[in-house]
Amino acid sequence: MAARTFTIDGKHVSADESATILEAASEVGITIPTLCHLDGVYDVGACRLCLVEVTGVPKLLPACTTRVAEGMDINTDSERLRKYRRMTLELLFAERNHVCAVCVANSHCELQTLAYTLGMDHVRYEYTFPRWPVDNTHSLFGMDHNRCIMCTRCVRVCWHIEGAGTKNVSGRGARSQVISDLNQPWGTSETCTRCGKCVMSCPTGALFAKGVTVSEMERDRTKLEFIVTAREKKQWIA
Amino acid sequence: MVIDDLIEIAEKEKAARKPCVVRCCMAAGCMSSNSQGVKEALDRAVKAAGLEDRVEVRGVGCMKLCCQGPLVQIDQEAPGATVEVQTIGKGPLYEKVTPESAASLIETIKGGSTDVSAADPQHPFFTQQFSIVLANSGIVDPERIESYIAAEGYHALHDVLREMTPKEVVDALIKSGLRGRGGAGYPTGLKWATVAKTASAQKYVICNADEGDPGAFMDRSVLESDPHAVLEGMAIAAHAVGASQGFIYVRAEYPLAISRLQTAIKQAKQLGLLGSGIFESPFNFSIDLRIGAGAFVCGEETALMASVEGKRGTPRPRPPFPAESGLYNSPTLINNVETFANVPAIIRKGADWFAGIGTEKSKGTKVFALAGKITNTGLIEVPMGTPLRKIVEEMGGGAPDGGTIKAVQTGGPSGGCIPAAALDTPVDYDSLTKLGSIMGSGGMIVMDETTRMVDVARFFMEFCMDESCGKCIPCRAGTVQMHHLLAKILERKATLRDLQKLEELCDMVRSTSLCGLGQTAPNPVLSTLRYFRQEYLDLLREDALGPGANGHSSRTTTPAPQPAGGN
Ligand SMILES: Cc1cc2nc3c(=O)[nH]c(=O)nc-3n(C[C@H](O)[C@H](O)[C@H](O)COP(=O)(O)O)c2cc1C
Ligand code: SF4
Ligand code: SF4
Ligand code: FES
Repeated sequence: MAARTFTIDGKHVSADESATILEAASEVGITIPTLCHLDGVYDVGACRLCLVEVTGVPKLLPACTTRVAEGMDINTDSERLRKYRRMTLELLFAERNHVCAVCVANSHCELQTLAYTLGMDHVRYEYTFPRWPVDNTHSLFGMDHNRCIMCTRCVRVCWHIEGAGTKNVSGRGARSQVISDLNQPWGTSETCTRCGKCVMSCPTGALFAKGVTVSEMERDRTKLEFIVTAREKKQWIA
Repeated sequence: MVIDDLIEIAEKEKAARKPCVVRCCMAAGCMSSNSQGVKEALDRAVKAAGLEDRVEVRGVGCMKLCCQGPLVQIDQEAPGATVEVQTIGKGPLYEKVTPESAASLIETIKGGSTDVSAADPQHPFFTQQFSIVLANSGIVDPERIESYIAAEGYHALHDVLREMTPKEVVDALIKSGLRGRGGAGYPTGLKWATVAKTASAQKYVICNADEGDPGAFMDRSVLESDPHAVLEGMAIAAHAVGASQGFIYVRAEYPLAISRLQTAIKQAKQLGLLGSGIFESPFNFSIDLRIGAGAFVCGEETALMASVEGKRGTPRPRPPFPAESGLYNSPTLINNVETFANVPAIIRKGADWFAGIGTEKSKGTKVFALAGKITNTGLIEVPMGTPLRKIVEEMGGGAPDGGTIKAVQTGGPSGGCIPAAALDTPVDYDSLTKLGSIMGSGGMIVMDETTRMVDVARFFMEFCMDESCGKCIPCRAGTVQMHHLLAKILERKATLRDLQKLEELCDMVRSTSLCGLGQTAPNPVLSTLRYFRQEYLDLLREDALGPGANGHSSRTTTPAPQPAGGN
């Protein structure tokens, strides 16, 4: 373990060399917007919202997968970054059917919250209105592909926390989607343990518990965090 | 296997040579127009004429002028002499040979005549080529290892294993100045040095034969025409970096290349040139094939390695780079087919020889697949720094039917369009980058004045949209919107604001995408906007601009032809 000193938004910060920029920033109360990141599961750097500027590096770097280094001068907020982040959100809203007013996750949605906080007040891109199905075959949960942003959090918790390996991704580009087992109705899955971790991890209204209606899908993130970190913190041993 | 065995194989092969060699192209291009049937007819004709002791009919790899296939070349020596490697390729190169006309070619050996037309071997298309990678292409039989050994094959591997330390090999590569031929042009020696320095009990060497750029067929031709050169290059690399296992990742759309590679690996194993204790040294090396399902993104190195591991082929953020942590988290050297194919020649002829070819920062040669609106389509290998004009006008013969060349596209969907005004640019990594294009892997598509540049941009954007892996948002959703805007422009429904939106998206997708696919997807749009902006403006909606805003009072349907002169 070796400490590294560097600056984030002008603040002097020190962190262990194994820390990511995202971890170091949150330690000192600097929030970097994220969507694919989920505490406790490995990062994939897919949503690109957490990109930051590092002095001397021509490319923008994802805070969630970039480790801190001695003397790094990190900038998490600039006109350029704010513009890219807003555009990223606009692209997401135009990509599938995010109709907040009739969504189970309304006002409990990370996508919606980010759109508010980052000032995305309208979408300048053409809505594509794709026809995505809703999978309601599972007895406890449902999946509405119209709300999915392909962050793959559910896939990662399913494989790496629960170890069931039910969720996966098929297809490519705009046609990629989350599937259960061999692309079959979720209710027919033989590997699903009905643990509900995927539902807890989903940032939007794509995965939900059955029986909830508009705005009722509140997720208990502390429960998920407990499951995710309990082993490390030895919380299983009561 | 020791060096004497190798020499013996070469000698035996040479001794069996006949005074006349009839070479028939058996690469995919000519095979698709039935060169298999031509070869069988040639065999029959030789037999019928009773010429078996004098004439050898040899199936060979690509003879470069692919548009005129099936190609057959006949080299004949005075009685008593045999056709040596050095003198081969001087005889007439017959074009568009059919099984029916094949017999008449054999007649010419006996002094008869034929109606089949022959290409002029003095045409710049042939004389201006400089062959390193393709030196054996069209000459050796790719299905017989003896044929490769007779052309000095596997001698470099012997020298490396018996006479050079890994460090000396790496140093030679650094000194040669060879840069990766897969697109980015990263210095090969430096990459080898990094993998060599990373300590690990297990390391891998991967040959990237995914070749997904539309219009590119250089790597396929190398694999079909001279597979052993790639195997030898990989083995030399493995010795240099300390790897014992190699993989060739080749797309399933290349069945002939796959079968040639399988044959080559089998033959090399049988002779002990792959396997354990090669040339009685402690060096062990095996090569396995991995067949890709033809996703463009699987050519990206991290996606490729995920695919080799049997996972979904999506890129991951770098670092860690493959040289530190690649396949199965082990240090991995990954190079392109053409990069590896250069290696045996560099070892045989020396780093200084190689460094003497090309320009200051781009050494050696580059193979291009010349295609599009050009008279001579096919494969060319030229020294780095050759002016684009020489390639397309002299060698390629310019646009067919007297048309005018408008632009040359290099680098496929990651590249850009070079306008005719810049044709005097030397072809090397840095000059092409300066023009807003890239060297890329070697696809070169020529466009004439009938080509609409916005169409070209839309075509490549559609390609990127379809081939995006879907992992990161800017590429997955951004390419859809950019494609939509380009289509809107082509439908004449777009406004100036749409054009601004397009440019803004280009900047955003380029700056924020995870991998090279997304980062370079805007290039065809950016480069056509840079040189042909007026074509975009001309397509905007009538009411999109105020009067005279685009410098035109009325819209022209056909864009004005670009002046072809130098700049
Ligand atoms: C989307 C994408 C596709 C690629 N496709 C290929 C390919 O088909 N063949 C190849 O050799 N390199 C390809 N590359 C480059 C590889 O990632 C890698 O840089 C290359 O294989 C390294 O070899 P080199 O150093 O010999 O050029 C691709 C890169 C990207 C981003
Ligand atoms: S279902 Fe939810 S958690 Fe899974 S990929 Fe879609 S948005 Fe992410
Ligand atoms: S840039 Fe495109 S191809 Fe590359 S990771 Fe992102 S979505 Fe996949
Ligand atoms: S949180 Fe870093 S890329 Fe999504």
